[in-house]
Amino acid sequence: MRIVVPVKQTPDLVEELELNDDGTDVDREFLKFVLSEWDDQALEEALLVKEATGAEVVAVGFGDPDVELSLSTALAKGADRAVNLTGLGDGWVSSHTRAEALAGWLSGQDVDLVLAGVQAVDDLDGQLPPLLAATLGWPHVGVVIAVEGKDNTIQVSQEFGGGRAARLEVKLPAVIGVQAARQPPRYASITRIRQAQQAGGIEEAAVTASGAGAGITVRRLFEPEKAGHAEMLTGSPEDVAGRILDLIRSKGVIK
Amino acid sequence: MANDILVLADHLKGQLSDTTLELVGKAKELAGATGGQAVVALLGAPDLAGQITGADAVLTVDHPALADYTPEAWEKALHHIVNERQPRLVLIGNSTIGMDLGAGLSATWDAPLVAYTVGLEADGADIVATAQVYGGKLLAEVALSGERGICTVVAGSFPAAAGGGSPAAEAIAPPAGLDDLKTAFLTLVEPEGGDVDITAAEILVSVGRGIGSQDNLDEVQELADALGAPLSASRPVTDAGWLPKTRQVGKSGLKVKPKVYLTFGISGAPEHLEGMRDSELIIACNTDANAPIFDVAHYGTTLDLFDLVPAMTDTLG
Ligand SMILES: Cc1cc2nc3c(=O)[nH]c(=O)nc-3n(C[C@H](O)[C@H](O)[C@H](O)COP(=O)(O)OP(=O)(O)OC[C@H]3O[C@@H](n4cnc5c(N)ncnc54)[C@H](O)[C@@H]3O)c2cc1C
Ligand SMILES: Nc1ncnc2c1ncn2[C@@H]1O[C@H](COP(=O)(O)O)[C@@H](O)[C@H]1O
Repeated sequence: MRIVVPVKQTPDLVEELELNDDGTDVDREFLKFVLSEWDDQALEEALLVKEATGAEVVAVGFGDPDVELSLSTALAKGADRAVNLTGLGDGWVSSHTRAEALAGWLSGQDVDLVLAGVQAVDDLDGQLPPLLAATLGWPHVGVVIAVEGKDNTIQVSQEFGGGRAARLEVKLPAVIGVQAARQPPRYASITRIRQAQQAGGIEEAAVTASGAGAGITVRRLFEPEKAGHAEMLTGSPEDVAGRILDLIRSKGVIK
Repeated sequence: MANDILVLADHLKGQLSDTTLELVGKAKELAGATGGQAVVALLGAPDLAGQITGADAVLTVDHPALADYTPEAWEKALHHIVNERQPRLVLIGNSTIGMDLGAGLSATWDAPLVAYTVGLEADGADIVATAQVYGGKLLAEVALSGERGICTVVAGSFPAAAGGGSPAAEAIAPPAGLDDLKTAFLTLVEPEGGDVDITAAEILVSVGRGIGSQDNLDEVQELADALGAPLSASRPVTDAGWLPKTRQVGKSGLKVKPKVYLTFGISGAPEHLEGMRDSELIIACNTDANAPIFDVAHYGTTLDLFDLVPAMTDTLG
């Protein structure tokens, strides 16, 4: 079984998100990009399936900022190959465009399973996994918290609200959107990541997309109105602690 | 038809989601502007039709493959209805079902999609959607200008339809292909009961990824004990195994409504807010002054949680 894990870089949300001049995108120049958290989960689940079945794991990037580091990290964690797909350009690229490009690349490969992240924080035109599946004509399941593979079928757990989960059986090839792996993602030591970087194991391939895109027009991005903003408590930790405890007491839940 | 607003009814185990009626309310309003009808598509559970109020029409598709949700069967049935009716706009709740079907329908019906929609207005011939991006730190105003579009909508964005009767349901013949699927439903697993029921607590102390490690939980546990509050958490904390799943608040966890909800190191992603925004008094501690949690909290502080937590515990003595 060959598993592809597409890995995406998204802005680190701890940083301030400045807008570009016409206010239709974040200003990418000074942003720090990190691996999308759900892709870390998808990679972990792929590595668990590899350990159970001997599957081959291929991490695939899209030329996003600093994606080389995430691809080297994937190799250090146990992915067999890493491929960086180039040619989609900089800036925000719609999920529709990325799905089309990835579908094109995948059709030239012998792939049984795509384990992608269920979503990313910069989705505006929807998530890539269902788009990719529809383009390829493969079945798709999202919000998945466990994947167990055997031969040409897999069993997955799909999560619903309140912690309920459905067990589904899916014939391969298929696309799965991973919400969480069965165990917390493993760490790779800095030494091993350096080794992977130095070994230079990242392959490159050029991809294209028709550019039909998502068909939506972003008029503007803006910060949510601060109308309902919290009243901020300032002062020393002791001052603020006292204020908070008074507030809690006013609700009668402690003495 | 071409001016209709079509809502996909979201249901699991015979229970219609609250979001369904929120979308019907909005669909009715938009249909007034487009000169069409508010139409609901109900898949696999025709007996739920009587619970759908405020719509102009309910279309049902029934087939054994639709009884228990699978993305493949539902996508085929939804595409079938949408293709036949060609509505102006399709509204789907942003639940697990909506996350599956919105983008799939966008590809097969060739219609643009706006995900994480929280606002919708008709603007001349355009439909303008407001959507959350970057974990709710920014909003995007997006125009759907063509003849068709799809929005997946965050729960709680609109008030529920203001009652009214339920229209007679019209059954639509199921599409071909539902007998030959690659996805099969096996079982639905209910969550295990927890040691404490966080939905019953009057005060919750809730921790997020800002806590950094499981060891650091001890300090917050001490404060929670002094307050007589159980610990609850955001998803990354339960995914990491630092607290049991039964303590998770949010979209895929539990909905809570305590008198006091006190958070440490939670950013306030939309999926978390969905589970706690109706709490009576929300107090948030987060070092990032721009964290979206402060938009729903009544009181906030940007102190470091590792300074504030011990100070609170000491003050309680
Ligand atoms: C389908 C789906 C369902 C989901 N369901 C849920 C759900 O049920 N519940 C849920 O919570 N999430 C859910 N999520 C995940 C959600 O999108 C967010 O990823 C998650 O809520 C983020 O958790 P967090 O706020 O703890 O972490 P982060 O977003 O990483 O925030 C950590 C915060 O801690 C602050 N911080 C760091 N250090 C300190 C310090 N020393 N003192 C004070 N503050 C500090 C930072 O400023 C930051 O804002 C779901 C996601 C998906 C896709
Ligand atoms: N730019 C990208 N590079 C690599 N993988 C991507 C990219 N965009 C989306 N994906 C994959 O699709 C998943 C969902 O992302 P999104 O389409 O942004 O919701 C991600 O978690 C990745 O697995």
